Amino acid sequence: MSRPLLELREVTKRFGAVEVLQGVSFSLERGEVLGLLGDNGAGKSTLMKIITGVYSLDSGEIVFDGTPIPYPQHSPREARNLGIEMIYQDLALAKQQDVAANVFLGQEPVYRFLGFWPMIDKPKMEAEAQAAITRLGARIPSVRYPVGQLSGGQQQSVAIARALTFGPKLVIMDEPTAALAVREVEHVLELIHKLKMQGISIILISHRLPDVFAVTDRILVLRQGTVVADERTSQTNMSNVVAHIVGAH
Amino acid sequence: MQTFLPPRPSQSPTVRLESVLVLVGLALAMALLAPNFLSLSNFLNILLATSVIGVLAIAATFVLCAAGLDLSLGSVLAVAGVTSGVLCVNLGLPWPLGLLGGLLAGGLLGLVNGLLVARAGIPAFIVTLGMLSVARGLALIIADGKPVYGLPLAITFLGQGRFLGIPMPVWVFLFLVIIFHLILSRTRFGRYTLVIGDNEMAARVTGIDVSKHKIRLYMLSGALAGLAGLLFAARVNAADPTAGVSYELSAITAAVIGGTNLFGGRGTVIGTLIGALIMGVLQNGLNLMAVPSFYQQVAIGAILVLAVWLDRARDRRRV
Repeated sequence: MSRPLLELREVTKRFGAVEVLQGVSFSLERGEVLGLLGDNGAGKSTLMKIITGVYSLDSGEIVFDGTPIPYPQHSPREARNLGIEMIYQDLALAKQQDVAANVFLGQEPVYRFLGFWPMIDKPKMEAEAQAAITRLGARIPSVRYPVGQLSGGQQQSVAIARALTFGPKLVIMDEPTAALAVREVEHVLELIHKLKMQGISIILISHRLPDVFAVTDRILVLRQGTVVADERTSQTNMSNVVAHIVGAH
Repeated sequence: MQTFLPPRPSQSPTVRLESVLVLVGLALAMALLAPNFLSLSNFLNILLATSVIGVLAIAATFVLCAAGLDLSLGSVLAVAGVTSGVLCVNLGLPWPLGLLGGLLAGGLLGLVNGLLVARAGIPAFIVTLGMLSVARGLALIIADGKPVYGLPLAITFLGQGRFLGIPMPVWVFLFLVIIFHLILSRTRFGRYTLVIGDNEMAARVTGIDVSKHKIRLYMLSGALAGLAGLLFAARVNAADPTAGVSYELSAITAAVIGGTNLFGGRGTVIGTLIGALIMGVLQNGLNLMAVPSFYQQVAIGAILVLAVWLDRARDRRRV
């Protein structure tokens, strides 16, 4: 078997007096869909933000794609360069900027104006943003629209397009279905399946257990900063998982 | 998925129609009311009077677009002026060193602002309010409390000379408008400025180094204030430590009238040019009509509040 894409060993993180992560270890295979569950405050978001380079870790080790991540953290840019993308619950969009700008945020293509001055290649950016949106099967009136003028579902398509445009190896989704209508939820679940087929690994954070059971290969439950369950989805059930989440085991 | 949006013009335009209409309307009114308003020399006067505030307004536009604030523009202007004055006149250094010294002084004070805002995490309002006082004091200390006269000819040419009949400060201002318009609207630096003002967390998680960018912005703001200080000293042929008092307010006003969002995320330098010209035309016209300057202050202040009010009403309609 090949090496896992992502491996965490004994990761700890403390905010002041609170030890948010108390030695978390798990690994993720290529093309594997992992459901990350846990009550509010269990440490899910902190853990993900360490992987995406927003937070540093206090101790422990992370290996991504065979390469150890520098201690205590890599920058969000370095994480994205490695192929780690995250779709945030609040989508992390700049609402007054247009769709194309948001899809390419931090990765704008440039050309040399007058041969020396790097300027953003808007036509290229708009064409590629449009293509990315179309690939997702989403409909948006124009990539020149400010994102704030789009519906919630359309805004989410923009956030997803941003995560998928730059050849990710790992996509982390934080509550991607929480704010969506039923039909849109199915769309997201289909998308997860499609990404898995392409060999992209996914970590799905969700409170909707039916969604998690529908698409994941494995389920990891965090409770008070420790891993209390790491089970194959096919070999567990909802009541068992809920018991782990609330600590009834 | 169904969309319920009515067709709308895509993107925010470079210049808002409203600002242009206000400028044209104001100019027409002045042409009718003010004697001698309609003449080439008066237009050049307006541009000349606008240029120093205009350069500060470019600085204000960048900082406001990133949801920041620089209240120290006027004081930094004075520090840069007296620094180059003292270097050239009192120390007898060649004029290029004097100019460079003034710019560096401005950039350095901007760097201090930036470090305090981005690294120490002190609110920009407090940092730059403090700098407003500190820099004013420094200007008085450097110049020993009195203006430095007798600037080198090369420097006074920058303020009083003409090229193709157009005053040098106007050339400098318009050149900066073009360059910084392109920077804000077409480069990554400009894009990140807007994104940081729009949603700082989005900027951070997509890999933009927010803190480094803010430091650069405040440095840019200081350097532009320094340049404005050099233009001002050159024009009046004196480096005055009391120059530029409350200019930052006019600069911010020009930017906001020109469509810059006071809370970040939106603005253009061409818009700011229009905003600065609106103020310039108003002041010039009122001067020509011999309206006392007390009333002019009332008018400018009222226009600022009106511009922001219209802007908010517009945002509410947009939802």
